[in-house]
Amino acid sequence: MQQLTKVPLYTEYHPRWYRPRVSVYWWLGQWQYLKFILRELSSVFVALVVVMTLLQLRALRNGPEAYAKLQALLKSPAVLVVSVVSLFFVVFHTITWFNLTPRAMPLRVRGKRVPEWLVAASNYAVWIVASGLVAFLVLRSQ
Amino acid sequence: MSDKVILEIARYSPERDAEPSFQAFEVPFRKEWVVLDALNHVKDTIDGSLTYRWSCRMGICGSCGVMVNGEPKLSCATFLSSYARNGNRVRVEPLRYFPIVRDLVTELSGFLGKLKQVKPWLIAKDEPPLSQGEFLQTPEQLEEYRQFSMCINCTLCYAACPVVGLDPQFVGPAAIALAQRYNKDSRDAGATDRTAVLAHPEGIWGCTFVGECTRVCPKHVDPAGAIQQYKIKAALDWTKTLLMPWNRRKPEDAGSAAAD
Repeated sequence: MQQLTKVPLYTEYHPRWYRPRVSVYWWLGQWQYLKFILRELSSVFVALVVVMTLLQLRALRNGPEAYAKLQALLKSPAVLVVSVVSLFFVVFHTITWFNLTPRAMPLRVRGKRVPEWLVAASNYAVWIVASGLVAFLVLRSQ
Repeated sequence: MSDKVILEIARYSPERDAEPSFQAFEVPFRKEWVVLDALNHVKDTIDGSLTYRWSCRMGICGSCGVMVNGEPKLSCATFLSSYARNGNRVRVEPLRYFPIVRDLVTELSGFLGKLKQVKPWLIAKDEPPLSQGEFLQTPEQLEEYRQFSMCINCTLCYAACPVVGLDPQFVGPAAIALAQRYNKDSRDAGATDRTAVLAHPEGIWGCTFVGECTRVCPKHVDPAGAIQQYKIKAALDWTKTLLMPWNRRKPEDAGSAAAD
């Protein structure tokens, strides 16, 4: 990897400058920082939901017995608690990232920037439609 | 009796102190006063040794940035009344994450070094002769980079960015936004010259998108947006060279193409 050489890895020795140290708990002092750390942490729960879904698919492939066994496990109180916490973090993850989309992807239509809320709103629209579709498929079969 | 506010100002004397401490000053509370007016009042009438930077007092020079109650703010553009009523306390500290030279004065050479690294000036590859006249730009071309050109180098975004605090080598929000200001300029052909610094773990990839830089920016530059947009561009460029290595641009014409 190319090294950046122009700024040295040290700064000159200035004994009279005061260099404040960053506390390990810097993220606790301000809600915005805490929100950021929670958003980063939410990725773990997103991964957990993906793993759960994959396990369900595997059980489905292995036959009704294996699926019933996994369903029983998923209904145990401990897994239910984890599922509720995961749901909270996945929703938090989705909302925070949807709201950040317009910042990363400024859209221009005929030379004019599309308003930020509209870019975010289109994400929510797709989310609602997809959720509605899933709900329809699940509820129809019952 | 007129209203009063207590200013708690961080004091640090390099000759005397091992670390900063707070000193309280009672100043009149006037609704038209900004924090800088209160600092000037302290310096003029109470303690002439109080040290801080300021110049234009109208949000243009970018030299009066301080932490007001833990928020990075331009002291000339922050009303005391937004933070205090009669008898309240307002805390004024030097900008976070920078070495402190004295009282509220921070050391900026690290930031200036990073700024220089991204070459924040127009780089022309084939300069046309003067006889061809001026470089014309459409309003749309101007709009591409105008927002990023508003940066006044006040370094509030560095004081808001935890990555700057945790990784002092991180190029930082303002420098990357200014690099984008030139990358997106139709007259510039230096985008490839800046890539080595920007598409680097200490450049855009150091950013974790906390987004605080954009929130505190007094000029609405949106450095967080500039960084994420460059991340997308760098990732696409990398994918393109991976999928089509024979299509790799030659260094001499890559600059103008990347600036499009």
